[in-house]
This record gives sequence, C-alpha cells and structure tokens, in this order.
Amino acid sequence: MKFTLNWLKDHLDTSASLDEIALTLTRIGLEVIGIENPAEALTPFVIGEIITAEKHPNADKLQVCQVKIGKDQLVEVVCGAPNARPGLKTAFAAPGSVIPASGEVLKIGAIRGVTSNGMLCSTRELKLGEDHEGIMELPADAIPGAPIGPLLGLDDPVIEINLTPNRADCAGVRGVARDLAAAGLGALKPLSFEPVSPAFGGSLKVVIEDQTACPLFLGRTVRGVKNGPSPKWLADRLTAIGLNPRSALVDVTNYFTFDRCRPLHVFDAAKVHGDTLTVRSARTGEVLEALNGKSYTLEAGMTVIADSEGVDSLGGIMGGMASGCTAETSDIYIECALFDPRRTAETGRALQISSDARYRFERGLDPQAVFEGMAAATRMILELCGGEASEIVVAGAVPEWKRTIAFRPSRVASLGGVGVPPERQRAILTALGCGVAIEGASFAVNPPSWRADIEGEADLVEEVLRIEGYDRIPETPLPRLRAIARPAVDAAQRRVPWAKRLLASRGLNEAVTWSFIDGKIAKLFGTTDSMTLLNPISADLSTMRPTILANLIQAATRNAARGYVDAALFEVGPIFNGSGPEGAGQSTVATGIRTGFAKGRHWTGKAKPVDPFDAKSDALALLSSLGVDPAKLTVDANPPSWFHPGQAGLLKLGPIALGTFGTIHPDILDAIGLDGACVGFTVDLGAVPMPRRKGTARPALSLSQFQPITRDFAFVVAETVPAEKLIRAVKGADKAIIVDARLFDLYTGPGVEAGMKSLAIEVTLQPAERTFTDADIEAVAARIVAAAAKDTGATLRG
Amino acid sequence: MSNGLETLRDRLLQAIAGAADLSALDQVRVEAIGKKGELTQQMKMLGSMEADARRAAGQLLNVIKTDVETAIAERQGALAGAARSAKLAAERIDVTLPAAPEGEGHIHPISQTIEEITQIFAEMGFTVAEGPEIETDFNNFTALNIPPEHPARQMHDTFYLPPAADGTARVLRTHTSPVQVRTMLNSKPPIRIIAPGRTYRSDYDMTHTPMFHQVEGLVIDETTHMGHLRGCLTEFLRAFFQIDDLPLRFRPSFFPFTEPSAEVDIGCSRKGGQLKLGNYGDWLEILGCGMVHPKVLEMCGIDSTRYQGFAFGMGIERIAMLKYGIPDLRTFFDADLRWLRHYGFSFLDQPSLGLGLTR
Repeated sequence: MKFTLNWLKDHLDTSASLDEIALTLTRIGLEVIGIENPAEALTPFVIGEIITAEKHPNADKLQVCQVKIGKDQLVEVVCGAPNARPGLKTAFAAPGSVIPASGEVLKIGAIRGVTSNGMLCSTRELKLGEDHEGIMELPADAIPGAPIGPLLGLDDPVIEINLTPNRADCAGVRGVARDLAAAGLGALKPLSFEPVSPAFGGSLKVVIEDQTACPLFLGRTVRGVKNGPSPKWLADRLTAIGLNPRSALVDVTNYFTFDRCRPLHVFDAAKVHGDTLTVRSARTGEVLEALNGKSYTLEAGMTVIADSEGVDSLGGIMGGMASGCTAETSDIYIECALFDPRRTAETGRALQISSDARYRFERGLDPQAVFEGMAAATRMILELCGGEASEIVVAGAVPEWKRTIAFRPSRVASLGGVGVPPERQRAILTALGCGVAIEGASFAVNPPSWRADIEGEADLVEEVLRIEGYDRIPETPLPRLRAIARPAVDAAQRRVPWAKRLLASRGLNEAVTWSFIDGKIAKLFGTTDSMTLLNPISADLSTMRPTILANLIQAATRNAARGYVDAALFEVGPIFNGSGPEGAGQSTVATGIRTGFAKGRHWTGKAKPVDPFDAKSDALALLSSLGVDPAKLTVDANPPSWFHPGQAGLLKLGPIALGTFGTIHPDILDAIGLDGACVGFTVDLGAVPMPRRKGTARPALSLSQFQPITRDFAFVVAETVPAEKLIRAVKGADKAIIVDARLFDLYTGPGVEAGMKSLAIEVTLQPAERTFTDADIEAVAARIVAAAAKDTGATLRG
Repeated sequence: MSNGLETLRDRLLQAIAGAADLSALDQVRVEAIGKKGELTQQMKMLGSMEADARRAAGQLLNVIKTDVETAIAERQGALAGAARSAKLAAERIDVTLPAAPEGEGHIHPISQTIEEITQIFAEMGFTVAEGPEIETDFNNFTALNIPPEHPARQMHDTFYLPPAADGTARVLRTHTSPVQVRTMLNSKPPIRIIAPGRTYRSDYDMTHTPMFHQVEGLVIDETTHMGHLRGCLTEFLRAFFQIDDLPLRFRPSFFPFTEPSAEVDIGCSRKGGQLKLGNYGDWLEILGCGMVHPKVLEMCGIDSTRYQGFAFGMGIERIAMLKYGIPDLRTFFDADLRWLRHYGFSFLDQPSLGLGLTR
C-alpha cells in the first residue's frame, strides 16, 4: 500500500515530521518498507533564467546563453534547444549533476570552441515526461537558483507500508490517517457525507441472485459526462503511487480505491444491454474480455455482473472491456457494491487476476461506507466530467456488522504483560472508532464497521498495546520450572545428533539436501505415485525421496564436476515411503556414501579405491555407537535392487533390518551420471532398538586374573560358505572360554582346492579358574574344529 | 710373584679396553675369569701355597679380579651404548615426509545451529517436539485459524500431495506450527516446547528455497504473557548471537494463529554495505511471534478461558547466516564439499552452555 505525505495530510491534520510519521507507522503495525521522495533525484537541478541568448560563433543551431542561477550568479551555457530565449525560466544542471534519463555525470565541456558550464534540460532528460522538443518552460515567477522539485509539486514523499492481511481498513489512506491520529500524531479531519441530489429518476434495474455473494449493490446513471484526462493533482497522485492515469472516469475510481479503500466500477451506460443488471454466479464457460486485455473463461461460483447479453464484469475483481469507458463515453453507470471476500479471493486465485479491487474486496470492505463512497465518487465525477446524476438504485441491504465484545481492561496486563490505565485504554479504543461502554470492571466494546478483524478480547488487547507501544511491555524472565533444567530431548531424539557426530568423526561431511528428488530417480528406488507432489517446483524436485542415497550420489556428481572426485558425504534426515495411516511413511535414516578413493596416492602405499567394507565399517560403527552389539548383527546378502547384487547386504538384528551397505548398482550411477566407484550405507534410526538398560549403573566388571591365550586355526571351506557363518560356528563352540574369533586371512589359489577357500581365524581363549593345561587347550581346539565342520563343512588346512 | 700378577692385571685391563665389540670383550672375559681363565687358574693355584704367601697372593688376586670385573662391566656398557647408537644412526629416516592424510568430517551449519538452539531453550525448560513433514491440511492451516478462503493462505506457497487413502488433504508443512497443534492435541498444559525441523514452500530465488528449516516455540500455561515472550526471546537471541546488549524491537504484526502478534527486529548496522549485529541503531527483522490465538487453543482442545501462552517461529538458515556470516541461502543445500569444509563444524564442537556455545 502506497500513498504520499500530502495525500495523508488530506485526512490527517498533523505537524509531525516525515520521520515521526514513519516511525509511528512501524510502531503501530503499519510497517514502513519504503520512503521515496522524487524531489531528491532532482536536488541538483535548479531554476535558471536565460538572460541573453546569442548565436554560437561556430554553429548555426546552437546558442550561447548567459543563465542566471542565483541572485548574482551568471553562467555561460551552450544550448541547442529551439525554445531557448531570453527571459525563459528553465531547468539548469550544474557540472557534476547526474542526468536522470541517461545516468551520466555532466562534465564541463567545450562545444565547438565555447565552454559550456552546465546544461539546460528538457522534460525527458529529467525523466519527468516525454517532451524533448525543447528545454523545460517553467512559470515566469520561478525564482532562479531555487530547486525545481518543489516548484513542480514533486516534493511529496511516497510512503509504502507492508499491510498485513487483517487490516483492510488501512488499504485506504483514510484508515492509515485514523490509526496515526489514534497514536497521537494529529487529528483525523472530518469527512462530510453529502448525498448528491438526483437530477432524474430511473436507472438500470438491479437483481441480486445470491445475497451471500453480493449483500449490497448501489447503482446510478450519470448522463452527459465528458471524459478526458484527469486534472494534474489527480494524475500526479496516481503517478506517485505507481498507477498510470488513464482518463478522468477511470482515475476517479482508482482514487477512491486508494483514498477510502472503496473500489468502484464505472460502465459506459450505452454499452450495457437491456434495462437490468443481474449479479449472479457465472455460467461455466462464459467468457469475459477483461479491462487488462486478457480473456477469461469463467466457472460457476464466480460472481459476475451481467446484462441481457452476457457478462459485463467480474464482481469485486475487474471490469469488462466491452462496457469500459472511452473518450467518447457520455453516459455512465456507477457501481458501488459489497462482494463476498471468500468468493472474491477464490475467483481471483482461480483466474490469477491480481487487482487493486480484489486486494481490498478479499480483505473485506467497510459495509457502512457504501453510500458514502457512492456519493463521494459521484460528486467528483460531476466536478471533473460534468453531467447529471440519477437517483441511486439499491439492491440488497447493508449486512449486519454491529457486535459487542465484553472486554476486561485487566487483560492488557494479564495477557499483554503491561499495565495500561483503563481510562487510557478507553481513549485508545474510542480513537480507533470503537464504541466503549463501561460495565463495572469491564468494557462493552462495539468495534467500528471498518474493523471486521476485531473479533474478541485478544484483538482488543492488541489494539490497546499497539497504540500504547509494544516497547512499553517490560521484558519478563520466563519463570524457571526447576533450579536445574532437565534434558530437552529424549533418548530417541538424542540419537540424531550422536549419529551425525559419529559419522563426522569418521571423516564424512554432513550434507543437507532436498526432501524431494526427480521422480524418475525416485522410481529406481521404489517410490509410490502417492509421493509425487501435485505442484512440484520443477521436474527434478517432484517426488518425496524414498532414500537419501540418490541425493548424496547427485551431490557427489556435482562435486566431481567441480573436480572433487573423492567424496565422503552423509545426511541424517527424513525419507518417505508412502506407508502408514497418513500415507507418509516418514522415517529418519542416516545415510552415507564414499566415492572415488578411500586412500589417495601416497608414498607409504598404493591408492585404495572405496570398497563395500568401508561402507560396512561406517554402518557398524554407527550401529555400535547406538548401542547395538555388532556381534549380534547378521548380514543378509540380498540387498535392495539399487545395490550391486553381489557386493552389498542388509544388516539385520534377528529378523529386523537395521540398515544396508555395499557398492551402489552401476545402473543407478549411470542414471545419475556419476563415474567411478561409489559405496554407501543406510541405517534406519527408528528401527534400531533402544538399549534396555535401566538406571545409570554399569553391570559389574569381572576381570579374570589369568592371561588369555590365542590360537590360530586355518580352515578350508567351500567358497560359497559365508565367512560370518564360520566365525559364528567357531565362537559358538565354547561360549564360556572363547571370547573372540578374528578372521585374519582369506586365501584361494595354489595349495587350496578349486571351489574352496582358506580362512584363518585367531581365537582368543580366556581361562576362568586356572591357567589352561595343554589338555584343556586341545579339548577346546577339538570342539572348535568339530563345530566348524558341523556348521560349515570346514576342515583344518593340512 | 706379585710382579707377575701386576703384569697380568695390566695385560687384562689392556685387553678389556682394547676389545672392539661385545664378542671380543666376552672372549677377554672368558680368558680372564672364565672357568679356565688366567685369573681363575691363579686362584686355583693358591691352595698349593704356604699360608702367608697364600694370604698375600689371595688378597692381591681378589683386588685384581674386582678390577677386571669392573672394567669388563664398564666396557660392556660403553660398547652396548655405541652399538645402540650405531643402530639408531642406521635407522634414520626422513621425518619431513608427509604423514598419510586423514579425511576430516564436518557437521552442517544447520545441525550445529539446531543443537545450539536446543541448548539454550533446554536451559529455559523447553523440550523438543517433532511432527511429520507431510501434514494434513487441518494441522497445517485450519487448526491454526487459517480457513481455506483466508488471505493468509496466500502468504504460504503450499506444496500439495495427492489426498491420503481416507481422502484427507495432504500438504508439505509450510511451517513448523503444526507441531504446536499436535503437541496441544496430545498433551495438557503446562507446555513448553520447541520444534525445529524442515519446512516447505513453493518459492525458489535468491532468498527463498523450496525447503528450509524453522524452529517453533510454544509455551502454554495459566499466566504466561507477552512480557514473558519478550523476556524469553531476548534471552535466546542474546545467548545465541553472543551479544549481551543486542537490542530487540517488537512491532505489531499479524499472524492468524496469534493475537496479539508481533514481528521482532534485532539491532544491526548496515554501514558500508556490511551487516553487523549489535546496538547500532538500525533494525533487522528476525522472527514472528505472538500470544496463541484463543481460537487455536480451542481448536486444539485447550480451554482458552483458563490457559494462555505464546508461540514464535524463526528461520534457522537465517539466524545461521547471520551468526556465521554465510552469504547465500541456496548454498546450504548444495553439498559442495568446499562449502561444507569451510562453514561446517568439527564433530567435537558440541554446543554447550557450560562449556561455551560456539568455539
């Protein structure tokens, strides 16, 4: 919402400075987001009077002028304008000025041998108009040396406020003035409501089909108008706030839209068919050529004003081209109505029309001010365009808006946190237009017709507070619930930052990537259609991600394109599989990838490309940090399809899959465009069981006083036997004594039969009550070999 | 006799001193005091001597033996030291060679900032609440006093998903406020929560991304008023930005879910095109807040005649950008390794009020 300072002063009698006004506006909730004074750009330009103008010695079309730019100040300027003549007052630019039209800095220069100490300017050069036939011609009484801005009436700062959607009343300058007056910045000037006495009876009949869509409709004819350009004051006002003046009839409606928040519409009466206007729902398929030059196909439910031939305008949004006013218009029909805010908003949204009328109607107009609006607009049209007005045809009625709110002034302290004397509260509410009756300790408050947003006690607290000033509310510490605060997160929530820090400690960089990805990529990871956005911002951000792997592979691809091929990235965040009663299936997963080389070239050894065991190691470290005993995990070598079928697995705790790890399937890398090796892992944080330990005490630590011993076993086993199975068999041979079994060698080749492999395991044996005898050790070894043979068919390597 | 022994001693000591290495020294030892060594032989011969001569010779021999043994021990020490030195000298390497590089990981500024926020609000007795990012239209809008036709819905550029199986309209939450709704529906006052998380709006330009993070705050009890809101936010912002005199300005504003509503500005300076936070006279908008609207309380099953409280919401990227001098919002989501290394945090930088929020 924009207005100028002088426009504001039409409604507000104030001696406050612009700064005070701006600060107050922001303080009371009408946030000032811009103040621009067009005169400021013109500061360098002063009035110059041409004293003499003589022909340039070396050029036919140039003159050398002596220009008076101050009491005793004369400068010599070379000028090519045909209208440069002695006695002319015009705009003078001194050297160093920036010419608005070109943006260039004016320099002292010699023109054909004569030095020019400045420039005389045209309207166009100062960006004040299109005229470039000659230099500006200023009034004869202009004073040389004075700035031209004020002379041209341009010294009127334009104020822009950021209007919140609840304040329909301040979409008009008068509403802004009223708020400022209530805030003590002057007095609201009275508005006289003088109806225009009709010169003749009869106008178009009006039928409202649905009074909920249009509660009230006023119409009148004005005969014999003469449309033309608006007077300068009106054109200047509209120009200042960024509107193009069109013609007096159109400009008057725009003026009241901004002045009183009272949009009106003016039809060319000659172009209305029949003798009746009907306010009705559009019929689906009806077409309106709107005033913005665009054609709209309407749907049922949109409120239109129609004549016997069809739709003339979209109620509360925009008029139609066919019934629009032109320079030839002589009889007009003025419409001043109320339209339902909700329907106006829906229609505007559906048709994507933003208009100043819609902006106001969808916020809700003052229902009490319809007659006033009609009178004021008629009066101005008669003044500017002449003619005579008919009586007003009224359809519908002013909707009920009066209400009483029981308001306890004590609520300003108990809700607002600051005590304001009831008398002061009453004064504020009264100044805002409320009726206030004292009923014991309470007020009975009647909000004014223009404040539909005031619905209850809390709204009135805000009204008092914002006028009193939020800065008066003292900072009050929030009372402590306990002397020492308790943790803000529970055990499950705490895992998220832990997981992040664990992974970062392993050299992975945390990424935060979009929750949505390209639908084509999502399909490769098994998404469902229900996870595709109905209105994605672009095709590559169209579908809720079923995995973070794809995002990270994309990120690695971007990094590779920048020359950073070896990436170690992770993200802990949401994925969505579309399951569950609400159809979201959101879960929090930790996901990481490593690409390129795990170890680069180095003098200590060869470069090592990333391999699936890097990813397995990441996943196990994470699970272990979350309290899962890695020894209890099993690997199921049937990974999801986006992994390499032979180089990946699921990490399971009993039947529950906690995560995945392995080499990413080359088809996925091809689809995303990543070259080189890529391994990854996922851990579903929600699936990882919470440790069941109660309290903070650790279980008792029992330490053997006997030294453990180790023995190595080299087994030969079929190549298809998973190593994990053999290790498990070895460990299970005597759970009391065998405390660890580590696989330290894997061998195939000469000495081992084809189809077989050698696995060497170091077993740690812990004596409990006495040191082992040779017989003890032999007995355990025999059990180990037997268990391995039984579970895996392994034999000791000979 | 004694002259002969003196000579023997001198010869042995000479031999010990001349032993070039440990094995040569051992050879000398064997020859001197071994089973068949010269001194041993002399000792053995004592038995065949007269008593007086034996005493004198015995004493002399014991002295010589002690001298020899001491000399051997000393020589042994010297030779072992030299051998160790020689071995160490041979083991010299170029220690200026580079050690093997280790990949260094980093924590994203968003995570770090959320942990900082959590630390500060934990101190004020808040707990962390969470909610789903795919929300119902009711939780995201209706329960927050934003009916379908409300102009405020246009303030949110909402992403929509196909309706759930039961026909419920589904949206990507446009703010973290639905967590307020869920918390109030599922618990009884007093309530003191923050809800950090991802939010989504269909907007993508220099200063907007279709996904971003917010933190929501909600306090509901019987007495909390707007003064507490000011106090709480002032404490938070000063602790977070680590500026003890950071000024705050509350401006009246409008949100459908709060009444009264306020926007909060913090003090700053924009001199020379450089944004600097502090008490410098200029203002920067930082968050929106207000007293929870009675209609929202009622919609969430809380008696608005008895309970009241405040809510606030702020952009996490925004405050992270301000605190850490990150110039461009869009870079947060690009996963550029150079950016992550530059703006990221060590895993050891766990925010803590007791140990300092930020290193």
